[in-house]
Amino acid sequence: MLSCKQATELMSQEQDRRLTLVERIGLRLHVMICSACASYRAQMAFLRQACRRLGSGGGL
Amino acid sequence: MEPDRHSELNALRPDLLRFARLQLRDAGAAEDAVQETLLAALAGGKQFEQKSSYKTWLISILRNKIIDIIRSQGREAPLSALTDDPEEEAAIEALFEADGHWRKDVRPARWADPEASLEQQQFWRVFEACLDHLPERTARVFMMREVLGLDTGEICKETGISTSNCWVVLHRARLALRACLQQGWFAGAEA
Repeated sequence: MLSCKQATELMSQEQDRRLTLVERIGLRLHVMICSACASYRAQMAFLRQACRRLGSGGGL
Repeated sequence: MEPDRHSELNALRPDLLRFARLQLRDAGAAEDAVQETLLAALAGGKQFEQKSSYKTWLISILRNKIIDIIRSQGREAPLSALTDDPEEEAAIEALFEADGHWRKDVRPARWADPEASLEQQQFWRVFEACLDHLPERTARVFMMREVLGLDTGEICKETGISTSNCWVVLHRARLALRACLQQGWFAGAEA
């Protein structure tokens, strides 16, 4: 079972590369039972959204 | 060039400058990037198509100027030469228990309606302050990835750091940025 610390690493890397099947399954199981990491994952998606917005001139 | 376009350009200058400073962390280089952008915009005004806003168009020019500057800086002073920031590492260690679980007082909780924040100017001031607060190497890599939209392969090439190091740096940036937004914005918004 992944720790939260390991899960956050994968949640960052999934923004930058395609995770392996084993990593994806491990992460899915982890966020199913860990609400903190589920929140974290949503927040990673939000960070990306905000940065994209900033980069296209919509955040000023 | 219509006169209203000219005044629009002047009105947008401070925004462009702030954007460039955030990316480059160097007032002189930011000034150069904006100056070149304005010149390019004046010269190529006809290329502007109404399908995007004028500001979006200017930012897209500025983004390319910034990438050019980062490339030339990368050749002169590779980011790989910057060392880890021990404070940054300590801050990350402090988020987790020894067994790798979130420490109770920093466990992430859901953010209420984050999209609504994107429409608030005050949110963007906090967001920029959080980006500005990241250590230099971390910020540079993170902005190249997320704001300028380069992929990790390109970032490695431009900065001379390895792919795995790049992932580590991006992870640190995201942890720190999330924590900063939590503290500086969402914690207050929930109260």
